[in-house]
Amino acid sequence: MTSLRILWAVIVREMRRFLQQRSRFFGALVRPLIWLLVFAAGFRAALGIAITPPYDTYITYDVYIVPGLVGMVQLFNGMQNSLSMVYDREMGSMRVLLTCPQPLPFLLFSRLFAGMCVSLLQVYAFLLIARLSGIDLPWQGFVSVLPALVLTGLLLGAAGMVLSSQVRQIENFAGVMNFVVFPLFFLSSALYPLWKMQEASEWVYQLCRFNPFTDAVEMIRFALYGQWQQDAIVHSLLATAVCLLLALWGYRPRQRA
Amino acid sequence: MTTRLLRPLALSALLAASQLGLAANVYVSNEKDNTLSVIDSNTLQVVKTIAVGKRPRGITLSKDGKSLYICASDDNTVQVLDLASGKITHNLPSGEDPEQFALTPDGKTLYIANENNNVVTMIDLASRRVAGQVDVGVEPEGMAVSPDGRWAVNTSETTNMAHWIDTRSRQLVDSTLVDQRPRYARFSADGKQLWVSSEVGGTVSVIDVASRKRIHTIRFAITGIPKDRIQPVGIRLTRDGRYAFVPLGPANHVAVIDAKTFQPLKYLLVGRRVWHAEFSADEKQLWVTNGISNDVSLIDVSEQKVIKSIPVGRYPWGVVVSGS
Repeated sequence: MTSLRILWAVIVREMRRFLQQRSRFFGALVRPLIWLLVFAAGFRAALGIAITPPYDTYITYDVYIVPGLVGMVQLFNGMQNSLSMVYDREMGSMRVLLTCPQPLPFLLFSRLFAGMCVSLLQVYAFLLIARLSGIDLPWQGFVSVLPALVLTGLLLGAAGMVLSSQVRQIENFAGVMNFVVFPLFFLSSALYPLWKMQEASEWVYQLCRFNPFTDAVEMIRFALYGQWQQDAIVHSLLATAVCLLLALWGYRPRQRA
Repeated sequence: MTTRLLRPLALSALLAASQLGLAANVYVSNEKDNTLSVIDSNTLQVVKTIAVGKRPRGITLSKDGKSLYICASDDNTVQVLDLASGKITHNLPSGEDPEQFALTPDGKTLYIANENNNVVTMIDLASRRVAGQVDVGVEPEGMAVSPDGRWAVNTSETTNMAHWIDTRSRQLVDSTLVDQRPRYARFSADGKQLWVSSEVGGTVSVIDVASRKRIHTIRFAITGIPKDRIQPVGIRLTRDGRYAFVPLGPANHVAVIDAKTFQPLKYLLVGRRVWHAEFSADEKQLWVTNGISNDVSLIDVSEQKVIKSIPVGRYPWGVVVSGS
């Protein structure tokens, strides 16, 4: 029972933190919406993109880009969380959490889970606005995508945790964003189908293929249409496990000099 | 490695609905492969590919629905395919380079446009003989017969006219000027209007049959697509007179038009260079051929939504649905 109460408390704290920071909520929505309504409009490809699964017929570019932007929302949320963990550590509120009787892995997982819940709020707000602004998304996809979002939220959150365990000061974070977030996002199937990448360059294509963010995006893409992409799920599960282990290792108790 | 758990609702609803009806076969002529693809309208899979003559383009069902007439353009003949056996039973004389044709409502005569020698050839199907030829404009292309069988209309691509042939006298009696490069003609179900698409002009002319005068010109505009890519070809009008569907060629879209106000309502994204279209018998499905992307797209007529694109042979051209 205590565990559940702690988990609940952490979730509530993260939710409150998120909802009270209006500008963060706003920012989390504006970023993907700009990509969707400005960038995708520029590349609209009104003549259609060739069919690749899970799509049954030709689609416009704005439809293609939605799952990638969902991934982007969760990626940024994961990074934001790790940033706030560094902040919590600097401000000392991390120490309060660590005084709980529960083991450290549980506390870290609670924090991760809470961050994932926050990302769900952001994703659904984004999907709703996208749908209402006329992007052709199936309503039933809003339900079928949930399990995929939970997994990708945990994966990207855990990746953020690994980073936060290694970054000692908030000031270093900008560099991390440049070297982690942008390559992850651009070297993936978020913005362009992989066959398009392969046409351009084989090694870029290979990088994209082995980018776990590609698996996360493809899992979301298929789940939005009620389908499961088995390879993407397996790869995402593996990547999540690896990140969790690395985060645990990074946050292991040790003497500070 | 894709397992489908849930299918999109629209598709399953459509499948459920169509499974209540009779399974129909969709026949698609593949201009470059010299074949005919047969698609099951329930499973939406290609179930058979039949070898036919060279460069098959226009196809149409016989009145009893048992055979399919195929314009084998480069063989200069119209082939007759028995649908039950999937075999070509005989060839009909057709004049040179037949591309499009139309069957009279009594099912007895085929009117064939011969692109290369500026004539329309009439074939008497019972005797399998040429019943006559009528001189028309340069590069005859589209062919239509009115529902009452009174008129046969041919469009000539270079003369830019719809030519009216009186089916009783088999004489050309009038011509109506339309926009550049008329490719296709289609009568409304009540026979009062003739719709003619102009590929280069980018318009569809609506002509009053009684006066044989143009009463309206439909123009198209799709955001993000240059005007010269909008090249209307095939036309289908619903029996209830509410909607028209016009494939727009390299614009890769099918226009949905309010057939009463002549206003385009919507543009549906399909494959590349979409030319011809056909309804299922119940008019719930509309099939269109995408020539360059080598597939056909299926449109749910009531939803006005493209639900699937299915690969067929190379350069799919004509399409018919059994029972339609």
